[in-house]
Amino acid sequence: MSLTRRDVEGIAHLARLEITEGELPVYVDSLSKILSFVEQLNAAQTGSVEPMAHPLAGEVQRLRTDAVTETDRHEKYQANAPLVAGALYVVPKVIE
Amino acid sequence: MSLHARSVAELAAGLKAKEFSAVELARHCLARIAAANPGLNAFLTVTAERALADAARADGARAAGTAGPLTGVPIAHKDIFCTDGIRTSCGSRMLENFVAPYDATVVTRLAAAGTVLLGKTNMDEFAMGSSNETSFYGPVRNPWDSAKVPGGSSGGSAAAVAARLVPAATGTDTGGSIRQPAALVGISGIKPTYGRVSRYGMIAFASSLDQAGVLAASAEDCALLLGAMAGFDPNDSTSVDAPVPDYVAELNAPLKGVRVGVLKEFFAQGLEGATGALVEASIAQLRELGAEIVEVSCPNLPLSVPTYYVVAPAECSSNLSRFDGVRFGHRCREPRDLMDLYKRSRGEGFGAEVKRRIMTGTYVLSAGYYDAYYLKAQKMRSLITADFKSAFAKVDLLAGPTSPTPAFGIGAKVDDPITMYLNDIYTIGANLAGLPAMSVPCGFVGGLPVGLQLIGPHFGESRLLAAAHAYQRETDFHRRVPAAYA
Repeated sequence: MSLTRRDVEGIAHLARLEITEGELPVYVDSLSKILSFVEQLNAAQTGSVEPMAHPLAGEVQRLRTDAVTETDRHEKYQANAPLVAGALYVVPKVIE
Repeated sequence: MSLHARSVAELAAGLKAKEFSAVELARHCLARIAAANPGLNAFLTVTAERALADAARADGARAAGTAGPLTGVPIAHKDIFCTDGIRTSCGSRMLENFVAPYDATVVTRLAAAGTVLLGKTNMDEFAMGSSNETSFYGPVRNPWDSAKVPGGSSGGSAAAVAARLVPAATGTDTGGSIRQPAALVGISGIKPTYGRVSRYGMIAFASSLDQAGVLAASAEDCALLLGAMAGFDPNDSTSVDAPVPDYVAELNAPLKGVRVGVLKEFFAQGLEGATGALVEASIAQLRELGAEIVEVSCPNLPLSVPTYYVVAPAECSSNLSRFDGVRFGHRCREPRDLMDLYKRSRGEGFGAEVKRRIMTGTYVLSAGYYDAYYLKAQKMRSLITADFKSAFAKVDLLAGPTSPTPAFGIGAKVDDPITMYLNDIYTIGANLAGLPAMSVPCGFVGGLPVGLQLIGPHFGESRLLAAAHAYQRETDFHRRVPAAYA
């Protein structure tokens, strides 16, 4: 699989990553190599095989009871936020 | 014997006998870290005050008669585990100023066991790497040769234990990140069964593969720590609700009659000659100790690396979407709009390898490619897991190399991701199948350590540890310390 600059720009946009002009050719090259490498899998016969859903056979995601277990600790959590006002996270204006 | 030359078990015995106090021991370790860390770069944060407070509390518990087996034993946590009130960077610029608001379950449990926290160890950024060179805070150096890598991603924990700055440290293993560095620095490391140890508060990379474990000098020390870490946790939805065996009590299970499978695929091309010879010699020694050696095959195993490099990046791209520059982590200066905030915060906050994996994952999950890559890889995972299952119908354990070569030079593989990824060719299989596995030192090539890998069936940690312990009773590789740190 050989990706183009345009492909990598598209992937970077989907991933919400700014990639600089200087980085772009490096990712075009390395991502193309990685995809070619993983394409070895095409040779494997996997027709009717069930895809793995959990590393331990028979285990399923547990659900917890619908009960309040957390206390309000927003001040502690928001101490790590880049920008807050009152108890709100501040981002650039989204709605005009 | 100087304090740092002692194992966890020996330190625990010394503390119990009141030969030295936990405060004396903590001071000794802190002094060694202060002297050695500028060269090794193994610790990102040293928690000296916390260590002395923990140690004083441990001595108090000792005096009050409430001490447990690990009370007063110093440890370090990989900087991927959230530690309440202590910076938790995950080796990334993204979390340079992140002070965790809660403790990971592993941190809570080891603290409750009375251990003394010395600090947080360096690692590949978000645990993505096999050499500790992707850390935003610079590479860790191998205590055996400072021009060589210590392996990764738990490279800081590995180097700190190998240089005897701390007797044991936590690590995480998504594709070999405990076992490969343990092998490259000559210590023991165990990755338990998926679900054995809680992932709560452990910053997620690939959630279906990530598992916490221990790096320490010996299998006995791994058993001591693992017993305190393992067990059900309602805060981790994939934590398994099953009793935890007494790993220490089961260490002395005899090796006689244990069937050890030698995986044909592990001795194929790519394995360096001298490394392979040492691993074969250690397997021959297991036979002398009474194990029955059987050749087995897992035909799909050679495809484990390409399978992993679809599954792990896919999960990484999803997990790391939480770093948005809004709630925590790095934010770019003067964002023009929300899209610009997301893109520049992430573009600046993540390093090159993390961005490469996020983009690989984004691509393989994108519309039109999902079936060809992700679904195909998850089918391969089923085939690889089935291979292991048939192998474990014939044998109790599998043995082989941990890494294809001893430690390589810093900078030697950074420009070629595929060559770097192939370091994990022998370790990734256990993660894809959720199996417990460990690495123990089995010799030296050119002054650099080599690891023997043992893999067990699900929840087979006791037998893994007992086999490794039997081997370590007859060998002294795990007791060797680099001359500069003796």
